[in-house]
Amino acid sequence: METLSWGGILTHIFLQLSPVWIALIATFWVSIVYKRKLGLYGKLFDSTVGMIGFAIVMFWVYSALFSNAFGMLMTNDPQFFEVSMKHAVPGEALPDGTGHYLLGGDKQARDVFSRMIYGSGIVIMIAPLATLMAFMVGITLGLPAGYFGGKLDTFLSFLANLILAFPVILLFYLLVTKEIVQTGLPQYMAAILFLFPLIFVTVLINSRFYTDPGKRNPMLIGVWLVLGWVYLSAISQQGGDSAIAILPSWLDGLDPDPNILVVFVSVVFVNSPTVFRIVRGLTLDIKSRDYVAAGQTRGEGPWYIMLWEILPNVRGPLIVDFCLRIGYATILLGTLGFFGLGLETNSPDWGTTINLGRGLLRAYAHPVIVPAFALLSLVLGLNLLADGLREEAMKD
Amino acid sequence: MGLFILRRLGIMILTALCLTFIVFWLTNLYPNLEKLAKSEGNQRMSDTEVVSWLAERGYAQPLYVKYGEWLGVAPGFTFTNDDGKTTGRCINSGVAAEDAPSYCGILQGDWGRSTALDDEVSNIVANKLSLTGYLMMWVLIVMVPSALIIGVLAGMSEGSRTDRSLSTVSILSTATPEYVSGVLLITFFASGVGWKIFKGSATTAMDNPTLENFTLPVLTISLYGMGYIARMTRASMTEVMTAQYIRTARLKGLGFRTIVMKHALRNALIAPFTVIMLQIPWLLNGVVIVETLFNYKGFGWALVQAAGNNDIELLLGVSVVSVVVVLLTQLISDIGYVFLNPRIRIS
Repeated sequence: METLSWGGILTHIFLQLSPVWIALIATFWVSIVYKRKLGLYGKLFDSTVGMIGFAIVMFWVYSALFSNAFGMLMTNDPQFFEVSMKHAVPGEALPDGTGHYLLGGDKQARDVFSRMIYGSGIVIMIAPLATLMAFMVGITLGLPAGYFGGKLDTFLSFLANLILAFPVILLFYLLVTKEIVQTGLPQYMAAILFLFPLIFVTVLINSRFYTDPGKRNPMLIGVWLVLGWVYLSAISQQGGDSAIAILPSWLDGLDPDPNILVVFVSVVFVNSPTVFRIVRGLTLDIKSRDYVAAGQTRGEGPWYIMLWEILPNVRGPLIVDFCLRIGYATILLGTLGFFGLGLETNSPDWGTTINLGRGLLRAYAHPVIVPAFALLSLVLGLNLLADGLREEAMKD
Repeated sequence: MGLFILRRLGIMILTALCLTFIVFWLTNLYPNLEKLAKSEGNQRMSDTEVVSWLAERGYAQPLYVKYGEWLGVAPGFTFTNDDGKTTGRCINSGVAAEDAPSYCGILQGDWGRSTALDDEVSNIVANKLSLTGYLMMWVLIVMVPSALIIGVLAGMSEGSRTDRSLSTVSILSTATPEYVSGVLLITFFASGVGWKIFKGSATTAMDNPTLENFTLPVLTISLYGMGYIARMTRASMTEVMTAQYIRTARLKGLGFRTIVMKHALRNALIAPFTVIMLQIPWLLNGVVIVETLFNYKGFGWALVQAAGNNDIELLLGVSVVSVVVVLLTQLISDIGYVFLNPRIRIS
């Protein structure tokens, strides 16, 4: 087979990604048809900026899903290498004639295109989850800090400012090392941070159904069983130098890779204080409103007011910030990869790939440029999405 | 006002103490000390050798004692070996053990010695800080005016074509982290793929900064921060432009240029001032990335070296400096805000 021209490369990539296009068209078609019934999500389809952002984000979500879960889209396995393809130019054909390296080969003769597609999986998996976790921590602590004020607020704000005063990269260099993983510190941090969703859901249910124990108790028990199991299997790990191994292995459903766990925990840790400050500020603003005073007069408990009166009213800014923060988490993941921290050196995620190729950047740019553009487009998409959501949320 | 500054300084010292203690604790965890022993002594040390190496140098003491020594509130560690020769934390080479001071911490002005770069921490920090300071100065010179101009132009007429295109530019720049823009800039402006007009390495810029070797690092850091400041300026500008007094000025027949320059601009620039000040500690991250990428051996490079080699005292020095930078900029932004905006009073 011959080396492809640029037109040929683009056609091949377009065809290779056809499952993603089909899924995208289906998503947009369904969403636009039913957009009046879908609330804020539906309103997104009234704003061009929002739609462009949503399309870019969903492109990566589908790419991550199809490539990681079903092994589709990729022309080669992400770790496959063919010695003669080292630093191959984009579009070069494999010597045995079975295909092309659509975007060229890297230093270790692997397919840049397939790695870029597969690498989206790590980002799409970690960034939103870590942001969600950071929101749980930030909301659970920020609401009472803003609502009660006083000593609790002073203490929590001091802690948040303390973490924010750390340069992020210094914190990463201190937390995300082999030596720290050995001490088990990430697992202890996970044990504390992962507790917050559990607390959040418990308080949420308890404050709502406090007066109706017949409903509350079974719900709480169910939640504790499910979330408790997820919690315990996420923090406990089997293996030699694991610090926490509470669950026996047959019960331990999730066994996160220690490298990914430490990356996850540090991204949550870095993001939580900012979310805390945002939630605290919003709560301070809302708590002087009349409907909060009305709730207090009705005799509603403080947690009911916080979670069922204040929180739903600040959802607009929080949703917008959530999108922006996923973008920031993506940037942080890339930073970690760029410094070679946490993830393994042959991991296909974008930051690590940029780090791997940057030594030979001036001679062979494509192994670096491709993941760089991928990362850029995802963060851009999230920013545009946040902008669209902000515009639509402000019209309410 | 005096009390306010005093209280802020108190919080600042408390924060610095807490932070350095955390850094101290993390760097003194046993696996880290073991790594330090092996990199400083011998890679093939046995476990007992590691323990005695650490004990001889005072690393085996309790954490708070070591922290006290570093602060200068506890007497420095001394060790007398079998031959009767005394070594210790405060005993520099060439000084007799009896003449050495018993306290040597930062309270005495002694920042300790870097194990990785083999120099006094105070020398390294001063030297690297001046290099990075120079880089930051140019970053601010490039970033702040361009961000303000973009923001003001976009916010001046909300919803216009200028606004839309400039806003897209600023979103694009906030979505491009330094390691992406740096890599792209090097590819397009410093390699065979694009135009080869700049240099992709800034090592020579440490002695002799020129347009050729300094443009790309400065541009890389500026780009990421620029978008954010521009968006904040735009938001503030659009808010001012819809204010009543601007409408009055229009109704009385003033030209658009006069309205923007004389009436809107001054009020619109209060909010960006805070944003710019708070952006400075954020630039520190960019500095670390860019100094690594362009091999400019400044403060960020020293941070990476110190952290990579578990160089405890250099790391502490670096964190003290960065904490002071973060908190000072916060203080300046608060005080400056009061001066710029007379409606705000500090109670």
